[in-house]
Amino acid sequence: MKKVLVLVLLVIVGYFLTDTFNLIPFGENRIGNPQDEQTVAGYYLNNTVEKTSVANTVTAIVVNYRGFDTLGEVTVLFLATTGLGSILFRRKEDEEEIERINKPSSSLMQTGSRVLFPLIALLGIYVFIHGHLTPGGGFQGGAIIATGFLLMLISYKNFKAGHTMLNWVESLAGITFVSIGLWGLLTGGTFLENVLPAGELNNLISGGVIPIIYIAVGFKVAAELTGVLDILLNIKPKK
Amino acid sequence: MQNFEQYNSIITTGVYGSAIALILIGLYAVLIKKHLIKIVIGLSIIDAGVHLLFVAIGYIKGGTAPIFSPGNEDAVNKMVDPVPQALVLTAIVIGFAVTAVALSLVIRLYKHHNTARIDQIKSLKW
Repeated sequence: MKKVLVLVLLVIVGYFLTDTFNLIPFGENRIGNPQDEQTVAGYYLNNTVEKTSVANTVTAIVVNYRGFDTLGEVTVLFLATTGLGSILFRRKEDEEEIERINKPSSSLMQTGSRVLFPLIALLGIYVFIHGHLTPGGGFQGGAIIATGFLLMLISYKNFKAGHTMLNWVESLAGITFVSIGLWGLLTGGTFLENVLPAGELNNLISGGVIPIIYIAVGFKVAAELTGVLDILLNIKPKK
Repeated sequence: MQNFEQYNSIITTGVYGSAIALILIGLYAVLIKKHLIKIVIGLSIIDAGVHLLFVAIGYIKGGTAPIFSPGNEDAVNKMVDPVPQALVLTAIVIGFAVTAVALSLVIRLYKHHNTARIDQIKSLKW
């Protein structure tokens, strides 16, 4: 009975979704004339290069035009980590060792991950340093670094991610982000205004504060995701 | 020309159809499945479908990525809409946060009731 009801509901939802999206042809130019700066996309596409000197328009939108939104997003991620920690927190009962739930892995895996870990971290750092030039950015780079830590966590049973260290990295990155925002306010502009000179397009050092913010975001995301993985892997199964 | 339009309609159906199918599969998992982990997986699948839909709406036929890399500087006229991509970037991160918190709640429930199946958690019934 319940299944039939759910299937009817799914058919209704599916019908209306399909019906709606039939009105929006795939691949049609919906931003109008890209030279027209009255549309949102047209404004971004025409002004990013001149005003911020950032090659990746998506980065310019995420960090510069919608920088305040990104600050909120990073805060949500921070709150998720904190919430996870507080929900799963349990006091250590005297001298009890918290054990990782995974089984010890083979030496092949251990050696392999020891070789791969620096390379993965390097790729992640590359992705977030070049966030304003190539596809990618702080969130993506941070996620790549966290996968490296995940590899280490599942192959070494006694690999500790060091929560004090993670908290420091996370806090410093957050403080950097907010103080760059306040810097814009202090120089007489708005919060998160691009106060540094824009530089030349497609140079590594260009785009003013955008690369600095994205590097901070990269470190913050890497620390937060590693923290989440570490908390989730360190829960003790019920005896 | 007609051949091309036929091809285009197949692509339209494929992209939108798979996105909508992902949303429906996720909704099915959320509504039917009893195991909490499967419900969380269903939420993640809905997330993926919505992201695909978003990026698909912003796509322009024959468009390039909105990146002014060397050799692509004057491609403004054929770039895809960057706004949905920036929004999806935000949505992915929020989706991750939601999944993480939901999983932690599942772990807590499992520890408390010794089961992660909602039909076996008696104290939820009224």
